[in-house]
Order: sequence, then C-alpha cells, then structure tokens
Amino acid sequence: MSARTTTEELGPVTTLATPIRLDFEFTPGVAQSRFLRGLEKGKFVGQRCPTCGKVYVPSRGSCPTDGVPTTEDVDLGNVGTVTTYCVVNVPFAGQSIEIPYICAQVLLDGANISFMGLIQEIPTDEIRMGMRVEAVWVEPEELTPSLASVRYFRPSGEPDADYETYKDYL
Amino acid sequence: MPESEALHASHVLEFPYSRSVGPVIGAFLTGLRDGKLSGVRGAGGSVIVPPTEYDPATGDDTGELVEVGPGGVVESWAWVSNPLPKHPLATPFAWALIRLDGADTAMLHVVDAGGPDQVATGGRVTVRFRPAGDRIGAMADIEAFIPEGGAA
Repeated sequence: MSARTTTEELGPVTTLATPIRLDFEFTPGVAQSRFLRGLEKGKFVGQRCPTCGKVYVPSRGSCPTDGVPTTEDVDLGNVGTVTTYCVVNVPFAGQSIEIPYICAQVLLDGANISFMGLIQEIPTDEIRMGMRVEAVWVEPEELTPSLASVRYFRPSGEPDADYETYKDYL
Repeated sequence: MPESEALHASHVLEFPYSRSVGPVIGAFLTGLRDGKLSGVRGAGGSVIVPPTEYDPATGDDTGELVEVGPGGVVESWAWVSNPLPKHPLATPFAWALIRLDGADTAMLHVVDAGGPDQVATGGRVTVRFRPAGDRIGAMADIEAFIPEGGAA
C-alpha cells in the first residue's frame, strides 16, 4: 500500500485540528471527600447544619444559609423523590448514554437538597415529578470514590410522594 | 489515608476543536505538507510569513503566494532547558523568531541545536521537515530548524 502524500492525491488543506487540553490536579475539599468516600462504601453521606438543621448532600462543608461549618455527618438512605427532570433527546459529542434518557433532580430521603441523577429502567414518557426512585450501585468490587459508583436511579415501586413533601425543593 | 483528608485526582478537560483555515493559511499549510515554506505578498511588496489574508499594516487583501526559505536568520530566541510534554521537542531546544530567506517578517518556531551556545541572534538556520508520510498540513510538519551547517 502506498501512502497518499501529495496535494494532487489529498487535495488542499482546509481544516486544522486545534484541541484545547487542560490538565488539572483536582481536589474536592475535605467535606466533599467525605461524600466521595461514602460512595466508595455504597452509601450517600450528607452533612447537617448545626443552626438550621438542614442536611446537604454532597456537603460543601458549610451551610450556605447560616455560614457555619457543617460537622455532623448524616448517612442517607438509598431512596429519594424525583423533584424535576429532563428527557434528553439531543445527541452531542462525547455522549456516553443512549438517547433518549432521563436526567432528574433526586431529593434523597432525609436530605434538604436534591442532586442530579440518571433515571433508567422506565420508559421516558412515564417519568413524573414525585416518582420514588432508588439508587442502583455498581458491583461492590467496582465501587470508587466517585459518582460513577452510582450506575443510575430506577423506580422503587413505592407510591408517588405527595407534592407537599418536595414542593420546597423545586 | 485518614477520613479527614481531602481526596485529589488528576483531571483532564479537553475540547477537540478543529477550525477551517481559509484559502491563504490553507495554502501555507498545504505547502508545509508538500515540504515547502511559503509567504504572501503584502500591500507594499513585503513578504509576510506565515501568510495572512490581509496586510497587517494596511488591511488590504494580500496577493500572490511566494516560496521562501528553506534557510533563514534567527532574529531572537530563548533557550528551553527542560521541555514540557506539550512542547514540540522532547530534548532542550530554542524558541526562535526566524526570518526566512525572501521574507520580511519573522516566524516563531523551534531550533534544535545541541545547546544554547549553538544558537545566536543573526545566526543562520535551515528547516528540517518531518518525513513526507508523517506530514498532515500543520505547523508541526516542520520538525524544527537546525543551525545551518551545524551538528544537530
């Protein structure tokens, strides 16, 4: 096989690859490290504000309302409520999940803030606010201090939560 | 590791952009792929390398492509003793502004010299292209400049 090297064979140059690459040494800080270590053990760990009593997950180490350090760790359950969601139908570069898929805000039981999770094992047109979902974790030997330890959330089978229980978290 | 300590990890953020180069820079890059250096004739007759679509002094359209080099003169340089992974050469080298023969402007590239004592302002260098099959139409098709008649 002879390589094509001449302009007659290749045509003129019209584009140039110009990748931008940034190499970081990232630290999530002490508080989020506790959350990440919890993920490594297959559980969600939040922190409670000593002033207002709200539980943040993942915790940033302080209460955004009261400005005080959150020192008490709280083990949260595996089950929560979908407060709101988005069905993703648009393909984009680097997409790793087959479309359509559901991206939802999940309010874990016992937490006072929701966080984003992938919802699977349900047709996308059946997702709804108030749906009760549970986390599905990777195999125990695959757990790492990363959100990759949570494969996704799926319907838990419980009846939908009352709107009153999550209306303050929308 | 104690539970109180913060985790850390390396993290890479990369955007795989590509851009269209237009007719003038495209012709320059096509020339590099063919193992040729080219500039463009500016408004006052000066030769601009690398070529631009517009004369930087007057804003007028530039004219014909002109072949330049392969030799040139170092106008300014800085020695890099400890190359980083992103640098074009793995061994110590000089960044240099090189005015190619036939050009009126200097172009930034690297000089692969054995040491800083082998690079000089006003010194002559010549181009070393990558092998034809490795050239893709990019600045790195020029592997380096080397001192004219020099060792490296």
